[in-house]
Amino acid sequence: MNISPNKKPSARFAPWDDPAQKPLVRFGNVTKRFGSFTAIDNISLDIYEREFFALLGPSGCGKTTMMRMLAGFEKPSEGTISLGGEDIADIPPYKRPVNMMFQSYALFPHMTVEANIAFGLKQDKWPKQQISERVEEMLSLVQLTKFAKRKPHQLSGGQRQRVALARSLAKKPKLLLLDEPLGALDKKLREKTQFELMDIQEKLGMTFVIVTHDQEEAMTVASRIAVMDDGKLIQVATPEVIYEYPNCRYVADFIGDVNLVEGRISTTAEEMVKLSWAEGQGDIDISYKNGCSAGENACLAIRPEKVHVTREEPQDVDNKIRGVIHDIAYIGNLSTYYVKLGNGQIFRAQESNRRRLANREFTWDDQVWLSWRNTAGVLLQK
Amino acid sequence: MNRRFTWFNATSLTLGFVFLYLPILLLVIFSFNESRLVTVWAGFSTKWYVELFQDEAFLDAALVTLRVALLSATIATILGTLAAVVMIRAGRFKGRTLFSGMIYAPLVMPEVITGLSLLLLFVAIGIDRGFWTITIAHITFSMCYAAVVVSSRMVTFDTSLEEAATDLGCTPFQSFIKVTLPIMAPAIISAWLLAFTLSLDDLVIASFTSGPGATTLPMKIYSQVRLGVTPQINALSTILISIVTLGVLTASFLTRRAESKRKADELLAGS
Repeated sequence: MNISPNKKPSARFAPWDDPAQKPLVRFGNVTKRFGSFTAIDNISLDIYEREFFALLGPSGCGKTTMMRMLAGFEKPSEGTISLGGEDIADIPPYKRPVNMMFQSYALFPHMTVEANIAFGLKQDKWPKQQISERVEEMLSLVQLTKFAKRKPHQLSGGQRQRVALARSLAKKPKLLLLDEPLGALDKKLREKTQFELMDIQEKLGMTFVIVTHDQEEAMTVASRIAVMDDGKLIQVATPEVIYEYPNCRYVADFIGDVNLVEGRISTTAEEMVKLSWAEGQGDIDISYKNGCSAGENACLAIRPEKVHVTREEPQDVDNKIRGVIHDIAYIGNLSTYYVKLGNGQIFRAQESNRRRLANREFTWDDQVWLSWRNTAGVLLQK
Repeated sequence: MNRRFTWFNATSLTLGFVFLYLPILLLVIFSFNESRLVTVWAGFSTKWYVELFQDEAFLDAALVTLRVALLSATIATILGTLAAVVMIRAGRFKGRTLFSGMIYAPLVMPEVITGLSLLLLFVAIGIDRGFWTITIAHITFSMCYAAVVVSSRMVTFDTSLEEAATDLGCTPFQSFIKVTLPIMAPAIISAWLLAFTLSLDDLVIASFTSGPGATTLPMKIYSQVRLGVTPQINALSTILISIVTLGVLTASFLTRRAESKRKADELLAGS
């Protein structure tokens, strides 16, 4: 595939890998308790300028609390939060250079679209002329110029979402917080709006922090993702790393589909381990760089799309297992084969449907071979 | 739903309306009676209305009633709104149920007891009874109604609206004034109207807490009727009924217009 040169940045945007870069936001050992419940458990996290940072996790994992602490609606029980090097723990929300787009949009129902966008500017006592210019600019940014005089209830869901975005951008905040910004939109509109959000973020060169429970949304928009669970950060990395190199079962399982094969490391060679996983089955080769020793319990995580299904025994592959097709999930572009292995475990393999359904190669109860390269999966230690 | 017209439906409808409105209709008709005798029709006349407006005692009572109602409704609405805000916003604290129960309890308290207890209080602390004691008493009981009306709307109020205002640079007080109050305005206005009407209507509590020189209209009517119903009273009642009817009609007209406007807006949003 061709990538046009202007789309490809000359230097990869990765301030987190550059020790000279100063973070815009720094959580330093932040803990937040509500009564006896610990919502955030000793989190340290850096977010850099111009990042589109996603906090991802199931509901109740503490991601919203992280965001509300950035906005100033909650104070950390312990630890520090700094913005541009300044400790903001004691600065009230109305004095922070941070704006938020609310999940419910929180548009003021008694004001027009225009007045909603101008609200923060009036509050900051901008001159009249500048306010109307800025409102104009914001309206054209979100393509709502025609709707300036309407009230929020006269708009559709997608339009409301854009008003909310325009209002939170109007004051040119150093940091924009988005709380499940697309949750109320239907799937098609959500996908379209994700790209709009990315365009706007790139155009304005601002720092966005998004809270979401939708992993696809996080993967699409974010420069980095922090996967959270139970008040802790589990893994903070780029979408590719999170997907290809999850650091634990939780992340592997939470992001996308995964096959987990439990076993014991039988031998370790240079950058290669063998995992013994079931009696009477050959060991699985896994490419692995970090240290580990034989006898340890470990687990192979491999994505279904990296496993091939063939009728004939494949040659020149690193790993192969026999199985019987137990179930087929056909979703149009893809089919997922649920293959039952000799030990009863169900293994998922995904193939894209390049041919029409009538010519499908496999059907229920077929004997097949599963195969994958030793670099396709990752080894997860306990 | 069965929308067919049947004799049974028609009869029950007629009976119902007769039951509700016949007494009032009689009162209105006899207010235009020429004769002094309330039960004998002697021709049309508006002389009782003229006489009413020349009766200084009645006019005084009307003025007292109006002043008490305006003042007590306003203060009760302010206090009731504050109580509602606290009840809805304070979250869970120890004794919350008890506290909210205590706000609503006066709603079901017999008026006689409320009146009596207030009377005892005023006597105990030695306030001269009159205009101010009636006003305070009316604030006391209508505040509960105001709190109920406002808090029922407050429950559905999206607190993220206030947070959004704060996020955009408002202090908590400013966001209350600029966002919460305008949105709550309809509920606050209906609370005020309810408090105002309750104060206009009240006879029992006013009788307990008033003193010489401060007589409200209901008290005046009641004391007159004990000496015999005069057509003057009928005239006065007719005026009160007209005012109330006008108020109710205006309110329902405004509500209906707002409703149809909202429907039109929603059609617009869908397009």
